Amino acid sequence: MEKFKDFKKRTVIAPDGEKIEIDPMKDYYCDAIPTPRKDYDKIPGILENFKNWARSESLWILAYGSGCGAIEMRPLMTPKHDAYRYGIQWRPTPRQANLLMISGYLSVKTLRIVVRAYEQMPSPKYVMGLGSCTINGGMYWDSYNTINRLDHFMPVDTYVTGCMPRPEALIAGFDELKKIIRAGKGVGADKYAENFAWYKENQKKILGDVGLPEYSW
Amino acid sequence: MNPIITKILYALLTVFIIWNIGMVLNGFTRKVYARVNKRYGIRIYQPYIDLIKNYSLDTLVYHGVMYYLGPIFRLTSGVGMVLFIPLIYGSEIFSNFSFAGDAILILYFMFFGTLGMALGSNETGQPYSTIGVARGLAQVTAAEVPLVLAFLSVFIQNQSLSISEIVSVQQGGFMHWTMWTNPMATATAMLAYLGSMMRSPFDVVLAPQEIPIGPPTEYHGSFLAILSTNRPIFAVAKTILFVNMFFGGATNWGMFILKATTLYMWSVVTGTIYPRFRVDQSIRFFLKVPLIMGLLSILLLQFM
Repeated sequence: MEKFKDFKKRTVIAPDGEKIEIDPMKDYYCDAIPTPRKDYDKIPGILENFKNWARSESLWILAYGSGCGAIEMRPLMTPKHDAYRYGIQWRPTPRQANLLMISGYLSVKTLRIVVRAYEQMPSPKYVMGLGSCTINGGMYWDSYNTINRLDHFMPVDTYVTGCMPRPEALIAGFDELKKIIRAGKGVGADKYAENFAWYKENQKKILGDVGLPEYSW
Repeated sequence: MNPIITKILYALLTVFIIWNIGMVLNGFTRKVYARVNKRYGIRIYQPYIDLIKNYSLDTLVYHGVMYYLGPIFRLTSGVGMVLFIPLIYGSEIFSNFSFAGDAILILYFMFFGTLGMALGSNETGQPYSTIGVARGLAQVTAAEVPLVLAFLSVFIQNQSLSISEIVSVQQGGFMHWTMWTNPMATATAMLAYLGSMMRSPFDVVLAPQEIPIGPPTEYHGSFLAILSTNRPIFAVAKTILFVNMFFGGATNWGMFILKATTLYMWSVVTGTIYPRFRVDQSIRFFLKVPLIMGLLSILLLQFM
């Protein structure tokens, strides 16, 4: 494709006359697929329980509003609801976040970015879907540019109902997620790695060939 | 026990105490910020939980050797500072490894971590990291100039490069502190202190709103945890250095915590009430008022 010509392999000559082959896709992205952690469904033990407690009490959300529900996260940060007192904080980079909020409808254009962001987050990572849009498409169920089932594209830990969910509902959703994590069932990243082929197939069906790598760390 | 082993054990204990003071101050600071924003704020022990969580996240990305060494350099600079500052005046065990001329080493350590961090995060190739590093180095360098001038002024005043000696000169009462004997140097250093604490009005380096948090954009999991282990140690160590240089040092742990907290709050209160400078503005600020004050403090010594 024309717009990906910069990503094609090319040969350059170094100052000392040596020829070097450059493959930009290898330089920019890693193409190794993810692997699940071993024995995640076995009894975790005291140390893992303690870690799970810490993970549940410190949820760092990727501050990326993917849909209209993101507007409800602002009152959540501000004085009236103040989610910080529950250990919920917002981080501006996927590398430091461990909770991805899909806040409502997810357009095809946004899906590509969301998948990349999800893959870049360090595991164990969690996904929370807001509103009916992430469950069955809601009012966009037959739209040409909006996906209608989020869990076909990435594993979802909790759904929060409402259109849009009020901040109170979100806090209840966080409580539910904390219980899941503390019980050692927040293993979405491992499910994603195990069923990687299926998830990728679904993603490609929607996105088409956009020149993205198999997996972007 | 072998004296050197005893000394090492006490040094480790010191680092642990300093780290805990820093963590509590960190939580308290965020509580202060929250209260000013009319929020309830985080739990005081939230920084501890965040740290445990970060240590228990997987690390995925390999960006090269410097990427690994960046956080280590940063931690080294924090721990190194603690080890070479005489924390409690007159105490054999809590003077750690301080020696005659330690002030020069400590001034080096203050810059060392920033350089390591810059090399590490530049290796990630992330453009936000590069912007953060460029801003950070520019600003830290600008803040360092008046800081070093203020320190030089104190060195010349005391004819010594040993922090222990500078503290011992200030003993014997409130009015012996450098704060009174060399007020111009103290004022300069207090302005430079604001610049090196990475708080508003000088926090555009980490600018959490405009660019994703600057240099540590790519750091995650244990790397980020090492960085946030260093953060409280480094901040408190720097504060203690200023207490030793300008405010008479501390003779016991109670005085140590009191003075450190008070001085730490100077940057917190300033950060709470002042909006943010852009980098070019903060560089211009440091190279105008504090620089002239620093030069004046050295000149004034000649006529005193």
